[in-house]
Amino acid sequence: MNYFEFFSMIPEISLLAVFVVIFIFDLVATGRYRRIFHALVCLLMLGHIYVCIESGDKEVTLFGGMYYSNSMIAFVKAMLVFGSSLVVLQAHRWLRSTHALAKQGEFYVLLLSTLIGMFFMLSARHFLLFFIGMELASLPLACLVAFDKYRHHSAEAGIKYVLTSMFASAIMLYGISFLYGTIGTLYFEDMAQGLSGTTMQIFALVMFFAGLGFKISLVPFHLWTADSYQGAPTVVTAYLSVISKGAAVFTLFVILTKVFAPMTAQWQMMIYAVTVASITIANLFAIKQNNMKRFMAFSSISQAGYIMLAVISGTAQGMSAMVFYILVYIMANMAVFGIIETLQHNVEGGELTREHCNGLYKTNPQLTLLMTLALFSLGGIPPFAGFFSKFFVFMSAFDAGFLVLVFIALINTVISLYYYLLIVKAMYITPNDNPIAKVKCDMYTRISLCACLLGIVLLGICSFVYIGIDNFAF
Amino acid sequence: MDFTILILALPLLSFLILGLAGMKMPHKWAGAIGTLSLTLVTILSYCAAALYFGAGRNAEGIFAPITPYNHTWLPLGGTLSIDMGILIDPISVMMLIVISTVSLMVHIYSLGYMKGERGFQRYYAFLSLFTFSMLGLVVATNIFQMYVFWELVGVSSYLLIGFYYTKPAAIAASKKAFIVTRFADLFFLIGILLYGYYTETFSFTPGETLLMSAGAVLPIALALMFVGGAGKSAMFPLHIWLPDAMEGPTPVSALIHAATMVVAGVYLVARMFPLFIDYAPEVLHIVAYVGAFTSLYAAIVACVQTDIKRVLAFSTISQIAFMMVALGVCTSSNPHYGGLGYMASMFHLFTHAMFKGLLFLGAGAIIHAVHSNEKSQMGGLRKYMPVTHLTFLVACLAIAGIPPFSGFFSKDEILAACYDYSPMMGVFMSIVAAMTAFYMFRLYYLIFWGKSHYEEQLSLYSAGKSTHKPHKPHEAPLCMTAPLVILATITTVAGFIPFGNFISSNGEAYHIHINPAVATVSILLALAGIALATVMYIRGNSKLTTAINKALGIFIEAAYNRFYMDELWLFVTKKIIFNCISRPIAWFDRHVIDATMDMMATITQKCGNIVRPMQSGNVQSYSVWFLSGALLLALMLIFFT
Repeated sequence: MNYFEFFSMIPEISLLAVFVVIFIFDLVATGRYRRIFHALVCLLMLGHIYVCIESGDKEVTLFGGMYYSNSMIAFVKAMLVFGSSLVVLQAHRWLRSTHALAKQGEFYVLLLSTLIGMFFMLSARHFLLFFIGMELASLPLACLVAFDKYRHHSAEAGIKYVLTSMFASAIMLYGISFLYGTIGTLYFEDMAQGLSGTTMQIFALVMFFAGLGFKISLVPFHLWTADSYQGAPTVVTAYLSVISKGAAVFTLFVILTKVFAPMTAQWQMMIYAVTVASITIANLFAIKQNNMKRFMAFSSISQAGYIMLAVISGTAQGMSAMVFYILVYIMANMAVFGIIETLQHNVEGGELTREHCNGLYKTNPQLTLLMTLALFSLGGIPPFAGFFSKFFVFMSAFDAGFLVLVFIALINTVISLYYYLLIVKAMYITPNDNPIAKVKCDMYTRISLCACLLGIVLLGICSFVYIGIDNFAF
Repeated sequence: MDFTILILALPLLSFLILGLAGMKMPHKWAGAIGTLSLTLVTILSYCAAALYFGAGRNAEGIFAPITPYNHTWLPLGGTLSIDMGILIDPISVMMLIVISTVSLMVHIYSLGYMKGERGFQRYYAFLSLFTFSMLGLVVATNIFQMYVFWELVGVSSYLLIGFYYTKPAAIAASKKAFIVTRFADLFFLIGILLYGYYTETFSFTPGETLLMSAGAVLPIALALMFVGGAGKSAMFPLHIWLPDAMEGPTPVSALIHAATMVVAGVYLVARMFPLFIDYAPEVLHIVAYVGAFTSLYAAIVACVQTDIKRVLAFSTISQIAFMMVALGVCTSSNPHYGGLGYMASMFHLFTHAMFKGLLFLGAGAIIHAVHSNEKSQMGGLRKYMPVTHLTFLVACLAIAGIPPFSGFFSKDEILAACYDYSPMMGVFMSIVAAMTAFYMFRLYYLIFWGKSHYEEQLSLYSAGKSTHKPHKPHEAPLCMTAPLVILATITTVAGFIPFGNFISSNGEAYHIHINPAVATVSILLALAGIALATVMYIRGNSKLTTAINKALGIFIEAAYNRFYMDELWLFVTKKIIFNCISRPIAWFDRHVIDATMDMMATITQKCGNIVRPMQSGNVQSYSVWFLSGALLLALMLIFFT
């Protein structure tokens, strides 16, 4: 074995380096050095985006084909790091609160280890490496969900997450063992030849899919989502809803098109059913939600359904549509969560509901505007980025021949607009005598919100972003 | 020519600054920012012109078009893509000069005219937006980019007409302008899409092979594009928005509704001219006839209006129609034989922008002084406003076509082109030109000569018959008179520019020569028009005037009401379209679509209640759902594939 191959895994190795630096800094730094801790982490992560993109020039295949990277994967990694940096930026105020301050370093370290896990998921070309990556991405997340462990909801969310996660992993591992049993290899490349669509392999496909379906929170594997999202600290919820989901979707796409290529008819049918169920059921629930984080949980399930429209096509066009969708989704969702995080400090009990948003326009016009734009983007109103991302996703499914599915998704878009606009209406129109007082964002949150704003407004209009992504696909 | 990007970037920047932070600034700053950016734009435009024309002709003897920037914005597959870029060629450079000059004058003038107005910063922000859009329109590298900026121009015009948004008439006018032009733009868009679909490019100059494949569709596409141009350039019967648009602040009328935006349609036809002349000459002749009719119609209406801005508005319609006619009468792209109209049209566009801008700014100064648009409130103003009077007279002489003012030269070329096309057309347009001289001098005499309204009021007041002390008219401040003087200077000398040297239908140099017969006839006709106006109006309404009015009673009444075109439009839209199309659709919407939506909402609510128990909060039941869901999926796949 050539140990120098480790150094070719540039994004992973450098992320590990960041991890180690932060870990050691946390151990040794005291007093006034701790004050720059947050800034240091942010800078390191932003720097790491550059490293990821730089590494994307060439294709890398390592360890006898277990590890693979190309420019698209490098871009997705950079995107995830970017999203995580937004999460970290928004976490500043929460981390300064007394009960989290002592664990500040832990937060970064746990977050980065999940990120490394996701990197391995993305680059894995062997089911074992993939599984290890997935577990590495799941377990520290459970700790993050339960980070405010003395808060009842957080602990409950953590335990629900960890139990469901284990359940999903077990089923997935069971499915992978079926695959190994019928084919005799775990390398992605070799497996495609051995698949023929026997009953055993269909079970394997469904079980494997259930494991990732849990991470993406697709119906019927989604039930943990609402409880965990509501209970987890808001920044962790944001992380769960965009980063963790984005990595899982990309991996799912790769494995379905690479490994399960001979069973395309089967998995397309499976995803068809799951997509319709996810979008529809999530919309039905979202309408009834009053708690903002719970509401966003259902919104994220329905958004995951829309991403599945790109996955189902299985084409290069679908891949670029998917990556673009994730990018736009990161922007819009991070904006919403950033605002929720900012506002909920001023709410009694720390749980933001729709009623709290009533008349927000009068006290916080800027936040309200950003929230409106983000919700418009999530709902897919032109000319915001969300419109374009939805358009590309629909296009890819349409070109692959799923006309009815696109039609169902379009109807659901109308329903989703209803509940997104409910919030906009609450903020602008519903009268309220004492809306939430004027909130002052800290500098870090402000930076991240500005980045989100730029993304929402510009990503769609600046066509070169999508065209650039399109050049990487496959 | 890389710096040309700044010509677009500066007004956009100033719009963003003023739009986002303007309300927090004092008025002075906002005005300074807007004016400063426009000054830079003007300098850059002149530099671009000097460099471009200074570089000389290429081997083929033409000024070669250059594109300093061309960025593919949306690739649509195949050769079709939407680009954004900058195209520098003779007509776009000329338009840069026109737009930046008039816009700069308007910016300076508005410092005085809009002083202390509420929303002063907003006004400058909109002016910047308009200038940006208009500049973007003329430097567009392809028809789609042109369309994008075309709509932006429409929006900024809408915003500026409705600037006094507390005034119902202004709101109505802005809506009318927007809807009418949008209606025309619909045809423009269809034309663009047809063009793009069949030629597989949005470029102005597709290759021969692409054009061949478009075949018979090309004339239709071009005709549809002309409808869009007719909407913006207020050709009959789509002219109805322009007179109402005078509700906006007067400098805006000078900039948008006289010098720049309304000539966009002419510019469009000029831009597509090579295609028109080679592939759709019959459409070009339709352009000529529409233009000729419009010019006559507008000239008749202008003869009887009493609101000075309306007179100018109809005169604008008539003059733009002249430019359209000039383009329409071209029969070949050779300037020496049949292609003279192209050069004449562009020349007239240039000179008209200057003297019509001057007329509007002068009218603004007068309105500023007497606080009314009505001629009855004016009269005898020449004593009180000497600078305005003189510059206004220069503009009137120019538009009437008296040498050596610029209007004479450009109009003469147009008339020559018309006579080349057919003697009928030439005679027709000469008569319209004579009418132009008449109504402009009618306007001039009623404003500056005759009995002074102020003196009448003053004598009434001093005799104790009126309690209201009249306001003495005064000359406008320097920042308003300076632009007048500058524009008057340009108007006086612009005729001597060897215009054909820079712009001609096929790019080769063309030496303008005055056709003595045409020139003599047009000067005589113009003098006749002026003489008639002098007799009739120099002392206010004379006996002759009353007699003529009586003889033509009904006709004048009809002309005053613009031949009831607005009423006709209202009848078509309100009575026919509303009742026969909109009502059934509204019924369908209310009873079928809404009901379906209500049903969907009810079903959604019901289903929501049914699936609710799923989310019990109980992890064990979650696992059951998880597992049974997976099993169900597996079974489905086994049995259905």
